[in-house]
Amino acid sequence: MFGPLIGKPATTRKNKTGSWRIESRPKFLQKNCIACKICLLVCPEGCITGNEKNTFTCDYNYCKGCGNCAAICPKQDIEMIKEDAKE
Amino acid sequence: MKEFLEGSRAVAEIVKLCQPAVISAYPITPQTHIVEELAQFVANGELKSQFINVESEHSAASVVLGASATGVRVYTATSSQGLIYMSEVLFNIAGMRLPLVLTCANRALSAPINIWNDQQDSVSLRDSGWLQFYVEDVQETADFHLIAYRLAEDKSIMLPVMVNMDGFILTHGIETVDIPAQEQVNAFLPAYKPLYKLDPEDPVSMGLLADPDYYMETRYAIQETMKTALALIPKVAAEFSKVFGRSYNGLIEEYRTKDAERVIVAMGSVCGTIKEVVDELRVKGRKVGLLKITCLRPLPAQQICEALKNIPKIAVIDRALSLGSFAPLVSEIKAVFFGKNKKPQVISSFIAGLGGRDITKDSIREVFRLLTAKERTCEFIDLKPELLQENYG
Repeated sequence: MFGPLIGKPATTRKNKTGSWRIESRPKFLQKNCIACKICLLVCPEGCITGNEKNTFTCDYNYCKGCGNCAAICPKQDIEMIKEDAKE
Repeated sequence: MKEFLEGSRAVAEIVKLCQPAVISAYPITPQTHIVEELAQFVANGELKSQFINVESEHSAASVVLGASATGVRVYTATSSQGLIYMSEVLFNIAGMRLPLVLTCANRALSAPINIWNDQQDSVSLRDSGWLQFYVEDVQETADFHLIAYRLAEDKSIMLPVMVNMDGFILTHGIETVDIPAQEQVNAFLPAYKPLYKLDPEDPVSMGLLADPDYYMETRYAIQETMKTALALIPKVAAEFSKVFGRSYNGLIEEYRTKDAERVIVAMGSVCGTIKEVVDELRVKGRKVGLLKITCLRPLPAQQICEALKNIPKIAVIDRALSLGSFAPLVSEIKAVFFGKNKKPQVISSFIAGLGGRDITKDSIREVFRLLTAKERTCEFIDLKPELLQENYG
């Protein structure tokens, strides 16, 4: 018996590591976004996507809730909400 | 062919026949002769291996880990401080399920520094996920290296195997030993075919981060595989007997235990001395015997239970300690019988031969003499009370 022993390429996508997030998650308000893409660049997981203004969001299957995106957003258009808060 | 060989030389000869592609080791007494010989074989062109010199045992273990991960047979050997220095990597090797074979020339641990034999080094690594064999003489040492590779590389096992030979007593002792022919070895030990390997054409990652969602299953898998190994070892040993004519069951050896009233349980070279004392006491009509534990990991609990359950008094000799608690081997033997209806009345624990103090026939007679209805815990044999006088102000 071997268990989860060998990693094939691209397992960083296969393994849903969003379960590490414990307290809060980012909420993308999509109101005052200017599409500067700084949030996308600072995300250590690379799980933020978006192109046009007010289209940015993140993949909660991988987001660890670090809050870097919310902290750096020049328009305060991302806020950290409690993990169990309703959208 | 029968040859008169030093134990280390015999190991080197047998490893040569196993043809590892990569060998890496760092010299440490009393293991050095083994890899010295192997280095010579490579230099002479007798062995087509890559011998990688390194700056430490940690590096030696890392080199064979990496080499094994590329899908080739590898070998290393060490002792004592070297083994402990390797320990971080040894857990990794087992966790990555790499089937390498390591010879440990058992030696005491510092401080105080001591280059002589006891089994504290390897016993301390019993929880590392390696299979562990403890051998009695030079022939057994040679034979169990072949068994070790067969087991390690079996598709149902894929775990590393440590062959433990008592330092100096076996590494430097000279005995007549039957070194098999290459064809015999090839018949028993086919070329290694890895289940998985590092290959740029088909990339994989090994030893990855496993978060709480994954880690437990990897440990469960090793625990289950140890059960598989327990069932496989006697089968491989039986095949070994067919090819080479020497029979082992690979797990334990019962020596005159059938009608015995008092039996010593031990591991390693001391079993030879115990057998002699058993024979002498048997002539005098004493019903004594020996149970040799060859395989400590996986622990053959059921076989130990069967062998000892009808014997009234058991003495367990440990050549290592778990300082502040019961000795390692006796803990296992007692655990085997916990909650069982049929069990020995007495399981006494004796500590002997630490740091190379000779375990003589007198020492063994003393163990039998102290094996009475009174159960003993960590009774040190051949202790010198005069050295325990304290004069530190």
